Amino acid sequence: MAESRWQRADGRFQRVLLILGAVVLVAMITSVSYGEYAIAPLDVIKTLLGIETANPGDAFAIRTLRLPRTLVAFLAGVGLAMAGTLTQGITRNPLAAPSIIGVNAGASLAAVTVLVLLPNVPFSVLPFAAFGGALGVSLLIYLFAWQGGSSPLRLVLVGVGFSLIGGAFTSVIVTLGEINLASQALVWLAGSVYGRTWEQVIALFPWIAICGVLALCWVRELNVLHLGDDTARGLGSLVEGQRGFLLLLAVALAGASVATAGTIGFVGLMAPHLSRQLVGSTYQAILPTAALMGGAIVVLADLIGRLLFAPIELPCGIITAIIGAPYFLYLLIRDRER
Amino acid sequence: MTRQSVQTSRGDGTRSRPSLWMGLGIGAIALLLCLVASTIYGATDISLREVYEALTAFDGSTEHLIIQTIRLPRSFIALLVGSALAVAGALMQGLTRNPLASPGILGINAGAAFAIVTATFLFSDRALSFYVWFAFLGAGLTAISVYLLGSLGRGGLTPLNLTIAGAAFTAFLASLTQGILIVNQRTFDDIRFWLAGSLAGRDLTLLLQVLPYLCVGFLLAFALGKPLATLSLGEDVAKGLGQSVVWVKGLAALSIVLLAGSSVAIAGPIGFIGLIVPHIVRFGVGSDYRWILPYAAIAGGILLLLADLGSRLVLRPSELPVGFITPLLGAPFFIYLARSRIR
Repeated sequence: MAESRWQRADGRFQRVLLILGAVVLVAMITSVSYGEYAIAPLDVIKTLLGIETANPGDAFAIRTLRLPRTLVAFLAGVGLAMAGTLTQGITRNPLAAPSIIGVNAGASLAAVTVLVLLPNVPFSVLPFAAFGGALGVSLLIYLFAWQGGSSPLRLVLVGVGFSLIGGAFTSVIVTLGEINLASQALVWLAGSVYGRTWEQVIALFPWIAICGVLALCWVRELNVLHLGDDTARGLGSLVEGQRGFLLLLAVALAGASVATAGTIGFVGLMAPHLSRQLVGSTYQAILPTAALMGGAIVVLADLIGRLLFAPIELPCGIITAIIGAPYFLYLLIRDRER
Repeated sequence: MTRQSVQTSRGDGTRSRPSLWMGLGIGAIALLLCLVASTIYGATDISLREVYEALTAFDGSTEHLIIQTIRLPRSFIALLVGSALAVAGALMQGLTRNPLASPGILGINAGAAFAIVTATFLFSDRALSFYVWFAFLGAGLTAISVYLLGSLGRGGLTPLNLTIAGAAFTAFLASLTQGILIVNQRTFDDIRFWLAGSLAGRDLTLLLQVLPYLCVGFLLAFALGKPLATLSLGEDVAKGLGQSVVWVKGLAALSIVLLAGSSVAIAGPIGFIGLIVPHIVRFGVGSDYRWILPYAAIAGGILLLLADLGSRLVLRPSELPVGFITPLLGAPFFIYLARSRIR
C-alpha cells in the first residue's frame, strides 16, 4: 500500500526535483554574473563551458573569484538542509533544526576557537575542528538526554541548553581575541560565503558528497524512526543504533557546512518543511528535495545580501534569519491548527 | 506532555515563619560578606582598613581612588544585576509555570542586547539612561513574542514549546545583532566586552542612571509575591479566588522587563542566573512566592558577586568576562532540570 502511494508521488517528486534543479542553476548563474562589475549571464555560461568571451578578464573573475563562492553557498545549503531533515526526523520534532538544538553551536565554538586562538592553522583544518566540535556537543547532548533510552523531547531540551553554553563561550572567545581576528570571526559567525576560494570548495565537497550519499542510502530508516520508537522497534529496527548513526551523519553535514560558511541559521529548519509541502511525507522524497532547496536558499540569500545594501554586503546568514524567523512563526501556528 | 508546575507540593517544602526570617537575615549577612570580599580581592588586593578609610577619610591616594571609582561600583553593580536577574527568573517561572523559564533561555536578554546594539548604531554617544529605554523595548517585545509563539505551538505553552520559541528567537536576534556589528565595525570594538556579559569598567554613574528603573522593578516584584503564589496554584484557582489574572500577569511582565532590561543595559546579557537561583531558593524555602522573591534577590546577588570575583581571580591579573563563569555554573543545572523536571 505504501509502495503504491510512493509510486504515485513519484512523478510529482521528479517534477519538483527538476524544477528545483533549474532554480538552483539559474540562481547560481545570476549569482556569478553579479558582482563588482556585471557579466552577462550568457557570457557566464560560455566561460563555464570553456568558450572564449569578448572580455578576457571575465574568465578570471568567474573562475577564480565568483564561482567558488557560489559553489560554497550551494554546498553549505545542501549540508545544512540535509542535517536539518535528519534531525527533524530523529527527534520527531518539526522545529528541531541543527541551529536550535546545539549542533551548530558546537561547530561554531570549535571553529571560532581555531580562528581566533590559532590563526596560523591552514583553512582545511577548520572542517575537522568544526566536525569535532559538533560531534563533541552532539555526543554530550545524546549522553545527557539518555535516561534508559534517548527521548526526542530531552534531546531537544538538552540541545537548547548546550546551544546556550556554546554561544556564551563563543562570545567570550570573540571578546578576548585580538580585534582583527575577532571581527573576522564575527563575520564568519553570522554565516557568510564572502571571499571563499577553491580551497574551501575542495575541503567541503567530500564531506557533503559522502555523508549526503550515506544519508540517502539510510533514508528508509528515517521513515521507520519517524513512526515512533515503539513502532520502529516492532518493525525490527535497532532504534538506538539507527538514531545514533543518522545523528552522526547530521553532525558531519552540519559541522562541515558551518566550518566553511559559518552559522547560516534557519536553513535546516526551512528546507525540510518546504520540501514536505512539495513532495509529501516520505523521507525518500523529502531528503533530496530538501538538499536542493537548501542549496537554492543559501545561493539566493547570498545574492540578496549583496544586492540589498550594495556596496555593503550583508552576510547570507542574516538574510536566512530574516526570512526564516517569520517562517518559523508560521510553522508554529500551522502546527496548532492541525 | 502536560503543563509542568514548578512548585513542590505545598507543606513539605514550606518552612516556619521565624526560621524563614532568620534565613533571610543570614542571607543578608552572607551577601554583605560577599560584597566586602568582592571589594577587597582583585588584580591587586586591598586591605579592609583601606576600604573603611576610603569611605570615611578619603585622601585621594591611588588605593582610595581604586576603591571608590572601580571596586565599589563594580561590587554594587554585580549585586544589583544578580538580584535583578534572579528575581526576573523567579517571576518568569511563577508566571509560566515552566521550570526552564529565565531571561536568558527565553530570549529576553538577547532582545534587550539587540535593541541596545541597534540603538548604539543609530544614535551614538548618548547616556546609558537613553539606551536603557531601548533595552526595555527589546526585552518587552521579545517577551511578548516568545510568550505568544510558545502558546501558539501544539499543546499550548509547554516547557518544550516555550523553550524552542525562546531558542529560535535567540538565534534570530543574535543573527541580527551580528549583522549590525558587521556593518558597523566601530560599534563592535566598543561593545564586544559588554556583549559577552561583563562587569568590568562600569562606574557608579552608569548604575545611578538605571537605578530608578531597577527599584521600580524590585518593588513591583515584591508586591506581586502573594498574587503570584496564588497564580502558581493554577490559573483557574486564581480566577476562582477572585484574582485579576490579567493584571497580575501584566505587572509581572512589566517588572521582568524593567529588571532584565536594566541588567542587560549595565552588564550585557549574563545568562543562567535567572534560571539557577529560583530553583535553589525553592529547594530551601518552599513554594511561597512571598518568600521566594526576596530570597532570590539575595541569592542572585551573592551568586553574581562570587562569579564576578571568580572571573577576576582565575587569570589574575587579567580577567575573564563573567559571562564565561555563569554558563559553567548554569549548564549542569539546566541539564539536571531538563532531565528531572520535564517528562
